Amino acid sequence: MNQTSGFARSVWFSRLNRLVDFSPVIVALVLALVVASVLLLALNANPLEAYAAMWEGAAGKENAAAETLVKATPILFVGIGITIAFRGGMINIGGEGQMIAGALAGVTVALILGEMRVPPELAKEKGAFDLIIVTCSLIGGFLAGALYGGLAGFLKAYFDVNEILSTIMLNQIAVQMMNFLLNGILLDPAEAGINNIPKTARLVTAAQLPRLSLPIGDPYLFARTRLHWGLIIAIVMAVIIYIFLWRTSLGYRIRAVGENQRASSYAGINVKRQMMFSMFLAGGFAGLAGVVQVLGLQYRLQTDGSPAGFTGAAGFNGIVAALFGGLNPIGAIPASAFFGGLLVGAQKMQRDLGVPASLITAVNGLIVVFVVSSEIFILQRSKRRVSLQETPDNLGSGGGKPADRASPDEGSG
Amino acid sequence: MELDAIFTASVFASAIRLATPYIFAALGETFAQRSGVLNLGVDGMMLMGAFTGFYAVFITQQEGTLSEPLSLLFGVLIALIVGGLMGLAMAFVSVTLQAKQGISGIGVYLFGLGLSELLFQQWVGTPKSVSGFPRITFPILSDIPVLGEIFFHHNLLVYVAFALVPISAFVLNRTTFGLMIRAVGQNPEAADAMGVSVARVRYATTTIGGMLAGLAGASLSIALINLFQQNLTAGQGFIAVALVYFGGWRPWAVAAGAMLFSFVNALQLQIKVIGLDIPSEFAVMAPYVITIIALVFASKRQEQPTALTKPYERGE
Amino acid sequence: MKKRYLIILVFLLAWAGMPSLAEDDVFRVAALMPSAINDLAFSQSMYDGLTAVQNALGEEAFQFAVQDSTYIVDDAAVALRDWAASGDYQLVIAHGSQYGPIVEELASEFPDVSFAWGTRQDTFGLDNVYSYAAASDEGGYFNGVLAAHLTESRVIGLVGPIEVGDGKLYADGFANGVASVDPDIDVNIVFIGSFSDVPLATEAAETHIANGADILTGTAQMVVGPIAAALENDVRWFGSDSSQDELSGDIGVAFQIYKWDVLLLDMISKIGEGNLGGEYYVLTLANEGLVMEFDQDFEISDELMAVAEATIAGIVSGDIAPIPAVEEDMAEESED
Repeated sequence: MNQTSGFARSVWFSRLNRLVDFSPVIVALVLALVVASVLLLALNANPLEAYAAMWEGAAGKENAAAETLVKATPILFVGIGITIAFRGGMINIGGEGQMIAGALAGVTVALILGEMRVPPELAKEKGAFDLIIVTCSLIGGFLAGALYGGLAGFLKAYFDVNEILSTIMLNQIAVQMMNFLLNGILLDPAEAGINNIPKTARLVTAAQLPRLSLPIGDPYLFARTRLHWGLIIAIVMAVIIYIFLWRTSLGYRIRAVGENQRASSYAGINVKRQMMFSMFLAGGFAGLAGVVQVLGLQYRLQTDGSPAGFTGAAGFNGIVAALFGGLNPIGAIPASAFFGGLLVGAQKMQRDLGVPASLITAVNGLIVVFVVSSEIFILQRSKRRVSLQETPDNLGSGGGKPADRASPDEGSG
Repeated sequence: MELDAIFTASVFASAIRLATPYIFAALGETFAQRSGVLNLGVDGMMLMGAFTGFYAVFITQQEGTLSEPLSLLFGVLIALIVGGLMGLAMAFVSVTLQAKQGISGIGVYLFGLGLSELLFQQWVGTPKSVSGFPRITFPILSDIPVLGEIFFHHNLLVYVAFALVPISAFVLNRTTFGLMIRAVGQNPEAADAMGVSVARVRYATTTIGGMLAGLAGASLSIALINLFQQNLTAGQGFIAVALVYFGGWRPWAVAAGAMLFSFVNALQLQIKVIGLDIPSEFAVMAPYVITIIALVFASKRQEQPTALTKPYERGE
Repeated sequence: MKKRYLIILVFLLAWAGMPSLAEDDVFRVAALMPSAINDLAFSQSMYDGLTAVQNALGEEAFQFAVQDSTYIVDDAAVALRDWAASGDYQLVIAHGSQYGPIVEELASEFPDVSFAWGTRQDTFGLDNVYSYAAASDEGGYFNGVLAAHLTESRVIGLVGPIEVGDGKLYADGFANGVASVDPDIDVNIVFIGSFSDVPLATEAAETHIANGADILTGTAQMVVGPIAAALENDVRWFGSDSSQDELSGDIGVAFQIYKWDVLLLDMISKIGEGNLGGEYYVLTLANEGLVMEFDQDFEISDELMAVAEATIAGIVSGDIAPIPAVEEDMAEESED
């Protein structure tokens, strides 16, 4: 059970891989499905029917595909942020809290600006006004998430408070803050005294992110679904951040700090500032995820007291998507879609076959473990090739160079 | 409101109970991290330990196959084994397969969360209680005013948790095994060159971490609460990971962090019970806020294991 | 449990895509719940209600599908839309007030499907939406009156989730019930800020007991913790939503039980007549949607039984208003 056997296994696997030319990721997925099948059989459910239901729920119909993308949108936003943080050497577990901070600020801006009346002489420009309201709300959400994430970066940089600790704690603080505000100043005035679940007023149409359809067919593709412009914003952001990280000097500095703090410091980079900045951006994108959920989907913010009730655990799933995407914002796009489909399809399985939701949670866990474990075989295979993504030095396997801090792990380089 | 109505002996006793699962889980995580393995799956391991430990006790008590003390020991054993197996799996994934630890930990968490709930639904159904570890009353000691209530009215697992603090500190700082753990976490190449098997040490610590996480779960399901429900731990495993950072990988400081967090939590409950008029939300967030603030002002002598989260591959 | 899941839904694939109303006389309901169907609380009450309806009407006339543990509101939207669009269900139930905005949107989009949601009295002015609520303050008041008679320490503890909705209603009714017997009895109330944090709820119960409480009560699915703490410390327990008799051993006293089958049966017959909604229901002691059940192990004295009966009679007749203000709110809302 050590290096040797691992190596032996990998040799065996890479031969198999060359034979059938199968990606180990697929093998891992198949393995996860095999285990899931055993569990399904134990529950007297037919695995084939179950997977058919899953596929139908995730991509089988127009609406299913749309819901997969809707589910993927916040995961992608968070994933972009996590990518920046991890590239900058910061482990951000605070996506949930940052989403909440972003949603709180964004909905506040949207509610206030939504109250404004367009002067009659400018009625023609109504579209522009709407755009301004939505843009300001998105910026508000980004900034609030960014400040919340930046706080963890600040505590790390100047008080040496580990960011894993602070972000886990800040998640809980954010949800209590949300409960307090939604039951107080942000409470829907129509709900005062009615003692309902705490929520804000519904956003006016002008403050909503429009629904999205593609000009294919009649009616247009996705015209009758909940798909919204948040998806497009997220994809555009992924591209921008890819360019930012690999084509600008600011992005280079963030990655440099992530790769080697000491060397960066010698090279004259302000390490503390870069740490704060990468957490600021990471929080900002999680904040965008939060505000987009409100503006594009729910049109109001409400809480059942738990973070996941609002975030849908996108703050965590975004971490998984970012790492599956190879810590590359572009890679996070398919990774998010994959997880979106998995989560949406899994529920269909419960509805159609009565398979308990808990089985699906367990199988999701297995998929994550198996896929992430399979990467070693990919790496071994492509050892002589240049890795698709440049792996930061001290994220690799060496560990010989003393680093001052934890850095996100990357498998072996 | 009088201060002595807030800081009652029962608040301190309550803090000790609340801290128990955190101490088990965080000490286990300390071992794993000291050797360089970040296990984010603690909560999933706790849940599996909580369920299987509970189920072992439930079945043996239901059918009367074991006497009460034996069934409880059996429950502890099962929780240790199941937690240990999950730790072993985590070690295989992180050490042998060199998977990204943050992400594989989240997978392990989801797996434990889902499987414990599934098994609970299939085998038990609705929440049912067992007679768990009873509170121990010590002759004389338990009758000491204040101190007796605070320290000498707990169940066995509470004492085991606190006893593990000095034991862990001793093992890590004063034994050869501890030296190997620290060496492997600090400088795996050097440790390897000196003939220490990096993989074997990391397997051992991650398995110990899993066992203690299992025990942490069992301390809830068969000692402090005496039943199981879906997601019983409510995210305590993640707080335990945070507490390891709070304590800077030193067992005493980790336990102190667990006590601080739990004490503020006990305090906020007491404040609400006696009817102090502060918004409930602020009371609930207090332990989290104060833990961060405490760390801001604490003097940090953190010795982060240099090789934390980094898989080790021999001279390639 | 295995059987339970099987019974629910295996039929679905066979009928997928076919307009089921034309094909057979089976009335099909789909229900969405925020927590597990075996939570001994809110979600279980609806599951038990659906099962009771099935027992009353027979499996050949009534079937239901369930998705439980759907606390994520966006996931709820997916499930509800899927059910509504399938055309297989005559009635889609969204069992949680957080689902309201989704029901509002879907109901306009699928006018031929009947929706029911709760707990809240608001049909959004749509005639294919039923809404339902439970006057949980009534059971709270009843439990409070009994608790006030049973307490010896004159301290009673309540553990609630967050300070809104049914939990708040129950707590207010309970406190008023206690006060109606003796305003000097302390009712200590702790809302722990979560529906699911069992360890914290357990410790909240322990804190109540340490502060002298000899009776505990509470709502939401995390109360299994306080019940266990009550068992451990041998203090009495009053419950709500579902019967917790199974868990509460010999310390349980009384439970307020939501009988959703009462209103479900009425809704089903109305839908059969072509009325798809536009009304709201409130479970009360008067309409027997709320039932007070004593724990099987609780031996009630004759005097206390007399008090219990008088309290129910008073609430039913309207002589007792568990929360005066709430009754007004209801009146106001029913006007619009």
